[in-house]
Amino acid sequence: MQLIKDRQIIDDIWNYVTDDAELAAGNISVSLARWQQDKAKLLAHDGNIGVRLGPADSVDDIAADLNSLQLIELDFPDFADGRLFSHAWLLRERYDYHGEIRATGHYMNDQVFYLSRVGVNAFSPEKAEDLPVVLSHLNDFTVKYQDSVN
Amino acid sequence: MYQYNDNDQILVDERVAQFRRQTEQFLKSEMSEDQYRALRLRNGLYIQTHAPMLRIAGPYGLFNSKQLRKIAHVARTYDKNYCHFTTRQNIQFNWPKLEEVPDILAELASVQMHAIQTSGNCMRNTTSDHLAGVCIDEIEDPRPYCEIIRQWTTLHPEFDYLPRKFKIAVSGALHDRAATQFHDIGLHLVKNDAGEIGFKVMVGGGLGRTPVIGQIIKPYLEKKNLLSYLEAILRIYNLFGRRDNKYKARIKILVKESGLEKFSTLVEKEWLLIRDNNELDNERINGMKAQFVAPAYDTDAVRDTSFSQQQDENKAFATWVKYNTADHKISGYRAAFLSLKAPDSPPGDMTDVQLDAVADLADKYSFGEIRSTHRQNLILADVKQADLFVLWQQLELLKLATPNIGTVTDMICCPGLDFCSLANAGSIGVAKEINEALDDMDYIHDIGDLKINMSGCMNGCAHQSVGHIGILGVDKKGTEWYQLTLGGSSENNAAIGERLGPAVAKDQVTKAITTILEVYIEHRLEDESFLDMVNRVGITPFKEQVYAIN
Ligand code: HEM
Ligand code: SF4
Repeated sequence: MQLIKDRQIIDDIWNYVTDDAELAAGNISVSLARWQQDKAKLLAHDGNIGVRLGPADSVDDIAADLNSLQLIELDFPDFADGRLFSHAWLLRERYDYHGEIRATGHYMNDQVFYLSRVGVNAFSPEKAEDLPVVLSHLNDFTVKYQDSVN
Repeated sequence: MYQYNDNDQILVDERVAQFRRQTEQFLKSEMSEDQYRALRLRNGLYIQTHAPMLRIAGPYGLFNSKQLRKIAHVARTYDKNYCHFTTRQNIQFNWPKLEEVPDILAELASVQMHAIQTSGNCMRNTTSDHLAGVCIDEIEDPRPYCEIIRQWTTLHPEFDYLPRKFKIAVSGALHDRAATQFHDIGLHLVKNDAGEIGFKVMVGGGLGRTPVIGQIIKPYLEKKNLLSYLEAILRIYNLFGRRDNKYKARIKILVKESGLEKFSTLVEKEWLLIRDNNELDNERINGMKAQFVAPAYDTDAVRDTSFSQQQDENKAFATWVKYNTADHKISGYRAAFLSLKAPDSPPGDMTDVQLDAVADLADKYSFGEIRSTHRQNLILADVKQADLFVLWQQLELLKLATPNIGTVTDMICCPGLDFCSLANAGSIGVAKEINEALDDMDYIHDIGDLKINMSGCMNGCAHQSVGHIGILGVDKKGTEWYQLTLGGSSENNAAIGERLGPAVAKDQVTKAITTILEVYIEHRLEDESFLDMVNRVGITPFKEQVYAIN
């Protein structure tokens, strides 16, 4: 699978491990619940660790762990749930998180401009043919009225 | 008024290009209904009973004559020669074709107009006092702050997918003409004990099916912190507002369910972390104030003597002056209301011919500027008193001089069943019938200040819950009925109207209204307004008379 990171199309080197699956080798991301439950094991894992947040999860719950996390996935159950936009902002501005923040799930290509402004720097579209579309949407507007992450 | 710079223009142009692409994708079935719906709503586009409806933003109600001519052109070219002014100082078109909306928006962008965030679950067009900058009871002109808020809310990356729509209103005068207590956030410019000016912040007000009066969350906020404080409220709302139920998703429910104290603790905690961000320094405020400097008033205007003479000589003119003009902070000038409530025309409607003519009148008599009001009328805010007589004569010819501002026939009325797919009942027809029953101007003037607001369903687009008399269309087994309320107000003495009793059938509404007026006339004390009387005696005498019919 490919995705967009920092405005480049690259191969995805991460695997998401569902809560009921064995922890796989390599770079893996897990749910917040799994992270909280298996933290010790995950910290000893050979490979990078990411956490996937849903809109109802609180960013505060991983604030203390951010140094151990190379990826935060923001998983959209549906494009209309705008809480993840605040999550991204909080991660970058309040907690000064420098790792990858990736939008996954069901957001719209028309939202990636906004998402990039609140600090999301990676996008994994549902369809591979959307990769160039997402890239072009990152330039939907060339002017901005208000401060945000960028 | 604010002049768009290159950046502002680029933004609206890019928005048009974006929407054109979205619409093409939708028409080629490359985008789902749901996705397109969210995107088109953010560009003011609804799908309604007869056709799409397009809502154009009127930033805090200000338009220039060029913009009004463009609206006339759009009405002529893309619609049925008229448009509709709303309670939120916006403009609606009821008959555009979906495929043509990108072209309409491109036309509008050429005069710096747009439909950005006039609908959808996002921060909406900011509204304000229609007499801002000219009224005599002003603490400070709210418009520079409105524009700062307009820019901050436009394409805000974090707050564009909120739980529900979000409305901000700003007032700078002692008399609240912007219904600030019925907005998600109401801002009121106030003076503190040290004589400095800042904002009183109210939160959680709203109309719709659960009308709520906003509560004061911050009695005094320094101007420099305006944007960080708004940001704190919006972040808390975005994170904690309910998303499980559309009817409980407004901030008013969050404030109510958590209680003001808990809610404001959350906001305060958030704000303390960001209060130094986004600070509005004096330079920024003064730069924006420079965009709203007073026009070049004629200092000789005050010497005119023709105005009082014309009033003495012409009773009709004097009456129009009394009802349709307002005091102005510059002596020799007045603000003139253009009544969009002529007896035989749907409240708030205007034709292309009227729009073009008003643009010319604005150029000639009021520095080329026109304002819309939340009671669905227009204002030329800066007219020399010596010009009022000719202006009045020309407005008469245009049927825009009905001397009924603030009276029973100056009704707020939503499109109801005629255009709106959500309506339970008609409102335009009922307004017309009431108007026909109240055709005696002397009687109307004798009744005085009385605001009737009528909505075709409980969404409450016409503010019926805060009308002195509210009329709400309800559906009873497929027939149209109307629930009456008395005693509402959206001004300083904010109140939600009390239900009079069971809903009345359509053919009984006009009778009920005339009965209410008769009861008022019978019971009022000298000079007592309708609202004061209702507050004094309660609804019982009205109830007895209205329901005595059967
Ligand atoms: C036919 C077109 C229209 C449609 C489909 C429509 C739809 C709606 C809906 C669904 C609501 C309920 C929102 C809620 O429950 O919070 C609402 C509220 C409202 N609408 Fe409309 N509307 C239309 C026209 C208008 C017009 C013509 C006006 C002004 C005259 C208007 C002004 C408002 C206002 C002020 C509210 C109440 C907002 C609040 O709760 O604070 N709308 N509208
Ligand atoms: S109050 Fe109801 S009927 Fe009237 S415009 Fe609003 S949604 Fe439509």
